[in-house]
Amino acid sequence: MRVSEQQIGDEWSSASQVGQALRHRREQIAQRWADAPLFRTVFTVSRDEAVEACKAVLDALAEVAEAGRVEDVDAPGFFVVREQLARMSASRARTGLSPAQIAGEVAALRSSAVEHLTAELEQEPTAVVHGALLALTTLMGTLRLVVMETALSDGAELINRQRQQLLEVATPVIKLWDGIVAVPLIGTLDSARSQVVMESLLEAIVAQQAKYAILDITGVPTVDSLVAQHLMKTVAAARLMGAECVVSGVRPAIAQTIVQLGLDLGGVVTRATLADALAFALRGLGVGFGPTSQGAVAR
Amino acid sequence: MTTTGTDTHRGSPTCLPIRSDMDLMWIRQEVRRLATEAQFSLVQQTKLVTAASELARNTLVHGGGGHMEATVLNEGVHTAVRLVFADSGPGIADVDQAMSDGYTSGGGLGLGLGGARRLVHDFRLDSEPGRGTTITVVMWHGGVPPTRQAI
Repeated sequence: MRVSEQQIGDEWSSASQVGQALRHRREQIAQRWADAPLFRTVFTVSRDEAVEACKAVLDALAEVAEAGRVEDVDAPGFFVVREQLARMSASRARTGLSPAQIAGEVAALRSSAVEHLTAELEQEPTAVVHGALLALTTLMGTLRLVVMETALSDGAELINRQRQQLLEVATPVIKLWDGIVAVPLIGTLDSARSQVVMESLLEAIVAQQAKYAILDITGVPTVDSLVAQHLMKTVAAARLMGAECVVSGVRPAIAQTIVQLGLDLGGVVTRATLADALAFALRGLGVGFGPTSQGAVAR
Repeated sequence: MTTTGTDTHRGSPTCLPIRSDMDLMWIRQEVRRLATEAQFSLVQQTKLVTAASELARNTLVHGGGGHMEATVLNEGVHTAVRLVFADSGPGIADVDQAMSDGYTSGGGLGLGLGGARRLVHDFRLDSEPGRGTTITVVMWHGGVPPTRQAI
């Protein structure tokens, strides 16, 4: 027990020595770091800005070290600089750097910190210097992890945001005629998408007082039983609101697949093209055409 | 699934995970790519991709996730794509019931298994309650070769 307590004590004092050294050499290390690509290319307004950013990171590292939590990614000391680190890694990522390359740039900060720590502890016995160097190495490794973590969570958030945007972008409801609305479906029709489609279509039916709603699946590459189920639910919901639904854009390959799959779309009006569906709806509304445009509704 | 046919060449298999809806999309794209590579007609491509979509969703929903292995097979002038869907989920207790149209345990239309079998040339289901399910399907281009190995 004595030994391990001794060890813990040593680690603790090594860590706090690192903390003290970082605070003492704050100015010098910050000046060195400000020239490193990680800071220089992110804080471009002035060098002072970069130096200030370096000092913020150094203060955080010193605080974490003094708290004896050199291995703790969630140490409270990092909270203050987390946003700044996220901004830095995002900015580096925008220039085309991979997460590994960004991590490499963080690792590159270690050498100047090590230099100053060794200079600071010049008078100390070798064992103490070794302990402090080990603590500093661990601390810089933890900083690298923190940067990676912020970079990755940033990416995940971006993906999530884009997915939400895609849901909205990909489902416009178009008014084709008085009383006729259409939704061109594009891409995969999963549960989330089909929910958005259904909602925006039903809203459009009310807003446009539509009697006909056309679901165009020309842009849907695969119609499997789940997609068909979503389509049928949408058709049924539109029907409840008094609108007749037409599914258009049924291509030959899709038609054959649906038949072999055993899907029964008997209750749904389907047409090969959007034009056919529009003609069907116009006839249903009793829209007449003059003799000159007869060809347009000849089918 | 013995593969001792002397004329049967196969490309290296592609193995894809099935763990989320996003993976299903990736599987459809990959199967379409392989079917195009095997010079399937548009109808054949669509059928195979649809069957893959049904089976992959079964793997995800009923099997709790798993993986798909896709291989392009060559036998003389005949080309085929073989897809193996494997999960280690609860397995299927009554295979005949599961294969019948309209039977569902997951709130779907109940056409996945039966429909997928009709869409491809060869279909084999191995399942044991508690041990998971493996489904192998093969789609041939240029007709089914008379000498083909049983899958």
